[in-house]
Amino acid sequence: MQPRVKLGLLQRTYIPEVLIGLIITARHFFVNLRNHTLRLMGSRSVQPGAVTIQYPEERRPLSPRLRSLHRLTKREDGAPRCVACLMCETVCPARCIYIVPKENPDPHIEKMPARFDIDLGRCVFCGFCVEACPEDAIRMDTGILQFSASSRKDMIYTMDQLLAHKPASSQ
Amino acid sequence: MWVDIGITVFNVLVAGLFVLSLAGLLTWVERKQSAVMQDRIGANRADLFGWDPKLLRPIRRLGLFHPIADGLKMFLKEDYIPPEANKLLFSLAPFLSLFCGLIAFAVIPFCDKFQVWGKTVSVQVASLDIGVLYIFAALSMGIYGVFLAGYTSKNNWAYLGALRASALMLSSEIAIGVSIIGVVMLYGSMEIGDIVRAQQAGPHDLLFGFLPKWGIVMQPLGFLLFLTAGIAATKRIPFDMPEGESEIIGYFVEYSGMKFGMFMMTDFVETIVVAGLTAALFLGGWHIPYFYPAHTGGWITVLQVLVFMLKVCFLCWFMVLVRWTLPRFRYDQAMRLGWMGLFPLAIANIVVTGIMIVMSNG
Repeated sequence: MQPRVKLGLLQRTYIPEVLIGLIITARHFFVNLRNHTLRLMGSRSVQPGAVTIQYPEERRPLSPRLRSLHRLTKREDGAPRCVACLMCETVCPARCIYIVPKENPDPHIEKMPARFDIDLGRCVFCGFCVEACPEDAIRMDTGILQFSASSRKDMIYTMDQLLAHKPASSQ
Repeated sequence: MWVDIGITVFNVLVAGLFVLSLAGLLTWVERKQSAVMQDRIGANRADLFGWDPKLLRPIRRLGLFHPIADGLKMFLKEDYIPPEANKLLFSLAPFLSLFCGLIAFAVIPFCDKFQVWGKTVSVQVASLDIGVLYIFAALSMGIYGVFLAGYTSKNNWAYLGALRASALMLSSEIAIGVSIIGVVMLYGSMEIGDIVRAQQAGPHDLLFGFLPKWGIVMQPLGFLLFLTAGIAATKRIPFDMPEGESEIIGYFVEYSGMKFGMFMMTDFVETIVVAGLTAALFLGGWHIPYFYPAHTGGWITVLQVLVFMLKVCFLCWFMVLVRWTLPRFRYDQAMRLGWMGLFPLAIANIVVTGIMIVMSNG
């Protein structure tokens, strides 16, 4: 425990300390008020009067490394790049990926997924699936951070939904 | 006679509307000022049931619809009276509380006396010779509303909150009373209009030849004590241990709907009353420094009313600043401040003032 600090007589009256506190908060008030007013009048050179981000209208800038909602990448002909090797399903610590493989009509490629479901209610966004993928078929760069559903079943995203997602840079 | 009644009704309307509309506006000031002080934006989402025309968008962005939304919410909420409570006194308490806060403003003058229709009038509801005593009485009566609220709720937490509130209000009312006595001694009157007039009597009545003889100059200690005790009397942070907004349960824990709203309103009205008193007693009321109008009435009176209102608004701003700067006092700290700090210092202030008056006369 910290020893109790002995206060001097002047400090025990609180008056200088209260005054210092009031000066600090009043300075914040007037500086912010000036900045608010100047920006309202159209000046962009002053810094904003508040650090608030008005959430639904304004978004924070996202780091390019940020792991957001998954997307499945496509080949040039639009087919999924996934070869259904089940690496991601195996590495997933939350066991939220479910793949059903089927034969690929292309003779050069062995398999492709018939189903590729991600249960986002269980996903922990660790990004292991992206690292494990040998084909660069799954990425987490959509920039989509808010998704919700009214039932657990609706939180399971199917292959078609995951293929439809776009990378954040293209939006 | 009809002229007298008309003048009185006009004065009541001016004072009443000023206090009530400023109290309503203070809820907005409190939100926005605290936001600006804390580098935030503050409430800006309320609109008229989703109707958001471009013309009203600045009002919405300033959050000016929030006081209306607050009032609407208060009116639409269930007005619950606990079955064990004394229904009459339980319902009476918030009215008593607000009433005592409102009537205190009756003796505070907005401007100097002027001639109209052959009568000498002033924008002051009641020019009482015992104005200062009346203020003490009205402010002390406020304890009844608070105590009745806690006592008749039949809730032990409310009861304890009422005890804390009455203890705090008693200690602060006494400090308020004793700290004003210095002003009364100095200006030689109990009528608040006379006190304001004496603060700037003429071009040659200056302290050290250049300072107007305002209360804050003549009674700096009295001003400090009065403002501190006044803030304590409003029961707002840093002296909000009666209700302790966020964590303690206070005397109005059983109240809901507009009755609760009236208790909240009382705090704002008391803030304005204390601001009005401070402006009148210590900041020279309607006076502008070094400005001595040759006559009153007309534009001079309008200017005086505006100056007085400006001073009240400034003091309200200052009290909101204090409220959002200081942390709360503990119960024993507030008691020690009231009884062992403010009260003895106020008495010392009277003694020193008396000695100085005798010295300057002899």
